[in-house]
This record gives sequence, structure tokens and C-alpha cells, in this order.
Amino acid sequence: MRHQLETAENPASLRRIAIDTVSRVEGHGKVTILLDERNQVHQVRLHIVEFRGFERFIQGRPYWEVPVTVQRLCGICPVSHHLAASKALDQVVGATQLTPTALKIRRLMHYGQILQSHALHFFYLASPDLLFGFDSDLSRRNIVGIAAAEPQTAKRGVLLRKFGQEVIRVTAGKRVHGTGAIPGGVNKAVTPEERALLLADIYRIVGWSRDAVHLIKQLHAQNPSLYNSFGVCRSNTMSLVGTGGELDFYHGSLRARDANGGILFDGVDYCDYSQHIQEEVKPWSYMKFPFLVAFGKRNGWYKVGPLARVQNCDHIPTPLAEIERREFVDYCGGLPTHAPLAYHWARMIEMLHAAETIKDLLHDDDIVGQDLLRSGVRATAGIGVIEAPRGTLIHHYRVDEDDLVTMCNLIVSTTHNNQAMNEAIRQVASRYLQGRELTEGLLNHIEVAIRCFDPCLSCATHALGQMPLALELVDAEGRLVHALARNGDGSFACAAD
Amino acid sequence: MSASFTIDGKAVPFAEGQTIIQAALAAGVYIPHLCHHPEFKPHGSCKLCTVRISGRQSASCTTLAQAGMAVESDTPALNDERRTLTQMLFVEGNHFCPSCEKSGNCKLQATAYDLGMMTAHFDHFFPSRPVDASHPDVLLDFNRCILCSLCVRASRDVDGKNAFALSGRGIKTHLIVNAKSGRLADTDVTLQDKAVRVCPVGVFLRKDRGFNVPIGRRVFDLKPVSAYVDATAALAKE
Ligand code: SF4
Ligand code: FES
Repeated sequence: MRHQLETAENPASLRRIAIDTVSRVEGHGKVTILLDERNQVHQVRLHIVEFRGFERFIQGRPYWEVPVTVQRLCGICPVSHHLAASKALDQVVGATQLTPTALKIRRLMHYGQILQSHALHFFYLASPDLLFGFDSDLSRRNIVGIAAAEPQTAKRGVLLRKFGQEVIRVTAGKRVHGTGAIPGGVNKAVTPEERALLLADIYRIVGWSRDAVHLIKQLHAQNPSLYNSFGVCRSNTMSLVGTGGELDFYHGSLRARDANGGILFDGVDYCDYSQHIQEEVKPWSYMKFPFLVAFGKRNGWYKVGPLARVQNCDHIPTPLAEIERREFVDYCGGLPTHAPLAYHWARMIEMLHAAETIKDLLHDDDIVGQDLLRSGVRATAGIGVIEAPRGTLIHHYRVDEDDLVTMCNLIVSTTHNNQAMNEAIRQVASRYLQGRELTEGLLNHIEVAIRCFDPCLSCATHALGQMPLALELVDAEGRLVHALARNGDGSFACAAD
Repeated sequence: MSASFTIDGKAVPFAEGQTIIQAALAAGVYIPHLCHHPEFKPHGSCKLCTVRISGRQSASCTTLAQAGMAVESDTPALNDERRTLTQMLFVEGNHFCPSCEKSGNCKLQATAYDLGMMTAHFDHFFPSRPVDASHPDVLLDFNRCILCSLCVRASRDVDGKNAFALSGRGIKTHLIVNAKSGRLADTDVTLQDKAVRVCPVGVFLRKDRGFNVPIGRRVFDLKPVSAYVDATAALAKE
């Protein structure tokens, strides 16, 4: 059923519904649904309707600019790009091992980023659906509604996010788009005053993060049939895990599992990513479709992000989050869950882990150290991989002997989840929309499914060049009259009429 | 008692042969400027230092101070014009401050902030100006050149190398490297040269620098350009 919904047989004869733009996600995307006169669903697609072009305009620039420039890909998780690029360029400047201070400052920055991004997503973007219901009153279904109905929850959401931003500010120099990480290390440590400032709040932050896990757990318990079945899309999963198999957002090796949790590969050096991951271009979306090479385009797609990570690791190296992980695994009965709504639960477990890790780092004297930089034998290429809030993020650069970037390849978290998001909305469409008059509430079900993945659509469309581009002409009744597509190879094709 | 004149009503002493801006900066009175540098002969190209003397406008870096003259400088009308000139400088080149390592240490950026420039206002030219990365220690990013000629003057008058020149006319004026190949690697410029350290914007970049100075410790993080009066000394330490 689901795969069939990717492309309808006679699109011209069908009615077209567009959710344009998908709300409460980062960036601009749209969903198109093709229906026949009996409201039977024939085609469902998540399209990305914006694109950037970083891979192209970084070429010819000096490499040391890249960690700062590339974070402009995104206003939501700039730190992830900043750090992934810095990790790649550590290799270029020959910094095989960072100083303890540099490593811990970068980790602190990154876990602050995870905390603020997860808080933003859960409290601002997702909680209105979860607390009020997917088809609840639209005028209330937003953060303002949450603030009125659940003032304490809303306030904590705001303060959790703010704390994460403060961690970023003291490590990167600014709350958004700082400069802290540089190839070979960092440009500043934390001052004793900054450390004291964060220590004053961190215990409360850990406590609130734990409460947030309990809140989402309760929601699952209240409506298990919905939470366990909504938009389920079984797939492989992939993430970095630390050397001991632990959850690690900053560094590790790649591990992939099949839908039943069986290991597909493990301990893969991320510098070999291109041997394991390839990307397919489809003419109707700016966002590519990555897949695991060994399993092919059709079966090789996979999920990344909180749900993948929490189930992919062997343990979480902080005590409170580890207790929550075990409970989550038990709830799922020992087999991996593929329910998109479980992303929220996993995300809150990760937020708790981030808070606990920040607490531990704040107690570590290395963060006020002065030894910041390393360098060594120059290399002409570097690959940096990190677990960004939304999943695995891959940065790959080549640098010439004059220090200019000659090649840049980025695979961002949201792109890995492209197929999974499409599958989830096809699942939801066939379950909830089939044969019914469409209402805003029903269409919001589609958006709820997308929101689970916390996609960052601006990040996902960074490639410039022969972008596949779809133009659709729709008549007054919303009928698709004509479509013109530029394929990935630059050729044009008429898709309808 | 030495001779004096006034700037916005404030008495400013001067010595024979001093320009208005030299006397002003020495007396702690800030006049916006980009192509003026205390160690070099005036060039008078940016016009940011324009002041009003008895109803006539003139560049304070090329006008000699005279006893008793009444100079207007910090007036809304003059600052409006200075802001417009600054906006024109921004659109003529490619000034992408967010990813420029000179951000916070750049006189153009600091002057724009100080003049309250909020947008570039004009259409951007988006000129195509490839960088010259050929030199092992210094990278030239021509995108940011404001044609102040300070590097030209420094290389010629201090370093004795004459490695740079302004070429072309009018809107086509651009900075060139005096070498047959046009590449910096084929000159005898070194990191120690005055020319490498005098650029008020971010054309000359030391390759060993990057973003090593954290936000908060850059020259203009500490105070605005006008509060330095003459930021030359602070920038020279960077
Ligand atoms: S490179 Fe710098 S110093 Fe030289 S003319 Fe251009 S702006 Fe002035
Ligand atoms: S400083 Fe006088 S014209 Fe530039």
C-alpha cells in the first residue's frame, strides 16, 4: 500500500490537495495529496520547496571560514554544522587529537545545542498536538495556547531552551552563529564566572528535563493504541555510537540496524561513509533520498535521530537518562519501535541525557583550561560526522594546497529521514484520510506525522546545481493540469496532461 | 599659546601643517574616517571624513587646519551622508560580515555600526572577485577592498616593495598585485610587511589566524570605533 502511494498512475484525473506550507517545522515544505472523486488517496508526497546552495558557494573559500559560514545553513541547529565542519577540518590541519579543554568545550557546546533544540521542538512545536489533540481547536493549537492552558509547562519549555542557548553563548561567543570551534580546537574556554552562572541553574534543568520525559511517558500511557500505531514506518536505523556502544552525540562510529534490531553494520569509521551510504535523486523533491548501499534503494532506507539513537545504543552513560532508556525499551517489548510518535519520548530522554552531561562537564576543571589548539601534518581532505539534534550529520571537504575548499558534500539529518517521513505520511493518509471529506484537523494528522521527525527543511536542501525541480499547474478546482519536471540529470520531462 | 580652531564648538589646538583630522584625533575628537591613517600621507578617497567649514564641505584629511575656522562634523546631515557613503561601500564589494574573520576588527563594519547603518539600502553589485590564495602566509580576499590605497601606500612608502596598485578608473577601479603573474606568491611580500597589516577591512588575511580571536575580545567588541577616536593602535595589536 505505502510504496504505491509515492506515484499515482493517472495524476491528471485526480484532485490535488496541498498542505503548503507545513507549519511548526523548521523551513518550508509542502505535502501534496492526490485524491479521486471518492476521496480515495492515490499519491502522497512531502516536497521541499526551498533550497540553499552552500556546497557550491563554499568552494573557493579559505577552509578556516567554513565552520563559521556553514552554520548559516540553519538558524535552529547552527552549532551542529559548526562542529561537524570543525571536526572535518581538524583532519585537514592535522589535529588528530584535540586538547582535553577543546574537546570538552566542544562537547559542552554541542550538548547545549541538543538541549535547546529538543526543548524548542517538544514544547513549542509538538506539545500543542500532543496535549490538545491532533484535531483540536486550531486557534489554541500553538505555544500561546499551551501558555494559557499549561503555564508551567510552557514556562519550563522557554527556560530549558534559554539555558541551552546560554551554554552555547559561553562556549561559542554568541547564542546563535558564534565562532567558538576552530580547526584544531576552540578559540576560548569557559571563564570561572561563566561556569558559576551555568552551575547555578543546571540542577533545576536536569529536574525539569526528567519531568518532561515523564510527561511524554504519561501521554503514551493514556493512549497507547494511538501512540504505538500512528504512522508506523518500519525501517532500518542508523546513528553514531561511542566506543563502548554508548549514546554519544559528538563522536563515535556508525552503527546500523534492521527493522527488528539486528545489526547491519557496526564500528564503521565514519570517514568511510560513502562506501555505506548513497543518495538517490527523485525528480519531485529538492531533498535527496539516502540509502544503505548494501541493501539497495528500495530496502536500504533508514531512520536517524532520537528514535534511532536511543534504540541503537547499548546504554546511555548518565544515570537518570539510562533509567528512562531502559523503561522505554521495556515498554516497546524488547523489539525496536517504529512509531513516529515515540520520537518525542526518545527526544526527551536525550534532552535529559544532555542536561546530565552538561552538569558533569560543568564540574570538570578542564573546561576552564588554557590549552586550546593542536595542529600537525596537513591533509587535503576531512570528514566530520556528528549526531545533530535531528540525527546523523555528515560534512566532507577537500582543501587544496593554497588552503581553499575545492569540494564540499553535506548529508544532513533531515535528508536521512526523507523516505521515512514520506512513508509515515502515506501510512497516515491511507489510515485517516481514505474516503473522507478532508478537514483541517484531518490534514493536521499528516503534519503531526512529519513533526515527529522534527525535520529541518532548510538544512535539507543545501545542494545547488542540477536540482530536481517540479512545477505543477493547478486549475481553479485544484486539479493538476500540467506539470513540468527537471530531472536530476538536467533533462526536462512533461509529467502530466 | 598654539593656534586653535573649533569642531562643533569645541576648541582644538593644532600645529602648523596639520590637517583638520590630524589635529582632531590628537585632541580626542572623533571624525569618521577609513582611508586616513596617522602614519601615511592623505589619500582623500573615502570622503567619510567630510566636514563643513563656513558652509562648504571638504575632506578633513586633506584640508589644513587654520586658526579660527569653525568646523562642523557631528551633525545629523553630515552623518546621513557618511552613512550613505558607507552603504555604497558595502554594496560595491561583497561584504559578508557573518563569515568574515575580520568581523569585530573591521573599521568599515565598526563605522557602519557607529553611524547606525541598519541595511545596505542600495542594490548589491555582487562583483566577481576571486581570492588570491597563492601566498603561503597571506590570503587576499579582494571582495572586501574599499580602495583606500593604504596597502599601496604602505608597500611603496614603508616596505619599499611597491607590491600593490590601484588599477582602472571610476567604478572599474580595483586593487592589483604588482607582479607579472598578478599573484601575491610572485611578489616579495612577507607577513612582516606594513602593507599586510594596514588594511582597514578584511582583504589581507593571515593564514595562521582564522577565527582565533573569540567574540567578546575583538577590538570593536570592547568599544565602538568613535570611542577609540583613533583605532589604529588597537587594530595594530591584532
Ligand atoms: S586592500 Fe585594504 S588597504 Fe588595500 S586598498 Fe583595499 S581596503 Fe585599502
Ligand atoms: S578619511 Fe578622508 S577621505 Fe577617507
